[in-house]
Amino acid sequence: MSDNLFYGAGFPYRDIRDLPGKLIVLEGSDGVGRSTQTQLLRRWLEDEGFAVSDTGLRRSEMTQKGLDKARKGHTLSRITMSLFYVTDFADRLENQIIPALQAGFIVLSDRYFYSIMARDIARGLDPDWAHQVYGFAIKPDIILYLKADVMDLVSRLIHGRGLNYWEAGMDIHPSDNMYDSFIRYQSDLSLIYDQLARDYGFVTIDAGKPVMVVFEELQNKIRELFDKEQPIIEEGF
Amino acid sequence: MLRKNNTPGKLIIVEGIDGSGKSTQIDLTCKWLQSQGRSVYFSEWNSSALVKSTTKRAKKRKLFTPTTFSLLQCTDFADRWENGILPMLKAGVIVLADRYAFTAFGRDVARGVNREWVRNLYSFAIQPDIALYFRVPLDIAIERITTARSELKYYEAGMDLNLAENPIDSFKLFQERILNEYDSMVNEFNLTVIDANLSVQAQQRLVREIVKQELAGWEGLPMPEGIAQTLTQAGINTGKGKK
Repeated sequence: MSDNLFYGAGFPYRDIRDLPGKLIVLEGSDGVGRSTQTQLLRRWLEDEGFAVSDTGLRRSEMTQKGLDKARKGHTLSRITMSLFYVTDFADRLENQIIPALQAGFIVLSDRYFYSIMARDIARGLDPDWAHQVYGFAIKPDIILYLKADVMDLVSRLIHGRGLNYWEAGMDIHPSDNMYDSFIRYQSDLSLIYDQLARDYGFVTIDAGKPVMVVFEELQNKIRELFDKEQPIIEEGF
Repeated sequence: MLRKNNTPGKLIIVEGIDGSGKSTQIDLTCKWLQSQGRSVYFSEWNSSALVKSTTKRAKKRKLFTPTTFSLLQCTDFADRWENGILPMLKAGVIVLADRYAFTAFGRDVARGVNREWVRNLYSFAIQPDIALYFRVPLDIAIERITTARSELKYYEAGMDLNLAENPIDSFKLFQERILNEYDSMVNEFNLTVIDANLSVQAQQRLVREIVKQELAGWEGLPMPEGIAQTLTQAGINTGKGKK
């Protein structure tokens, strides 16, 4: 980890200097194949002898129930929704991610705050404000951005779990069908992700390729983080 | 750091440590303004229905860190802001708030979060037209609180900071830090200091004087005649129909 651990002020009341673990973030739109890749990466890294911890959005012990309830009501206003997710993210960062990094784990984070930011910016939130709010966040060792074009996402979602209200951006692009809203919303998001990719130095991976090809590319990028370290388990015993 | 009030409404807020008597004063002010026929909206710190269950759960299970405490309270504020305070200000209503962003600036910094960070967090909020800070010496506030309540709650007493073993000692140290933060905010945010050692009535006289000056020549959202009549019939003086 570098000297500059955080994007901003971090957690001034905690003494966090040495984090022997690695923080690997997978970013990208809904339906891009993040969870599949996270599973593959986890198995691979564990085979290599690393202790792996994975974490995703909306899994915080503190906020999960409240957030699920609030999302069902469609009554969350813009700043309120944004801050509720920041709270959830901070809780996971302090109580799951940081302790795992301190214990030397590889933390595979299925999304980080960039996704939340992208959704908020699509809804008109000030990016500078959001950037400062997330000033407590740890800078990941690598941010792997799975990028797919909108039509590819549609096909994946329709053959997968289907469209849902929030992922289709029905709240900001209301229409008489989720498909039209989805296309407009995902196009907005794609532009925002491209900007965030520049701002935060994402490593962009073409997610339109077959799963195993994408997996190999991710492996190659992750290997670069460990070039000087030996795998714990020797090969071919 | 707070935005200028460009709405047709008026924002009046009260601040002060626990036991400073600010809630009594804002309550009296609210009733007085209503009796003058003004359109008033009241909002209390930590009262969003959306966030309530999460706050309750986190307090009960002691899940908060200074950062998540700060963020969840700001979520609560944001909900009240977006769905109550701001729309009311835009409608030209007098919004009264019992505690405002300055409470977060005091408590969260006392808990150890970064000063600038928490100020940015609330930068979507408006600088109040009147921000009253009820200043009271620490020992008086503590005496008021400890006689009024059977016990101090964990976070209220700042027990999460490990300042002292005993809740009352912890509360004193925690409130002292908050008091220092408030004092430094007087100039930064142009807070009007009210001596909370004065009698309730003397304080209310001062408050009304300040409010009167602010509202001089200002119209705001009128109260519909029908409602004013109903209130008058119910024995509530709206100040209308007297002339």
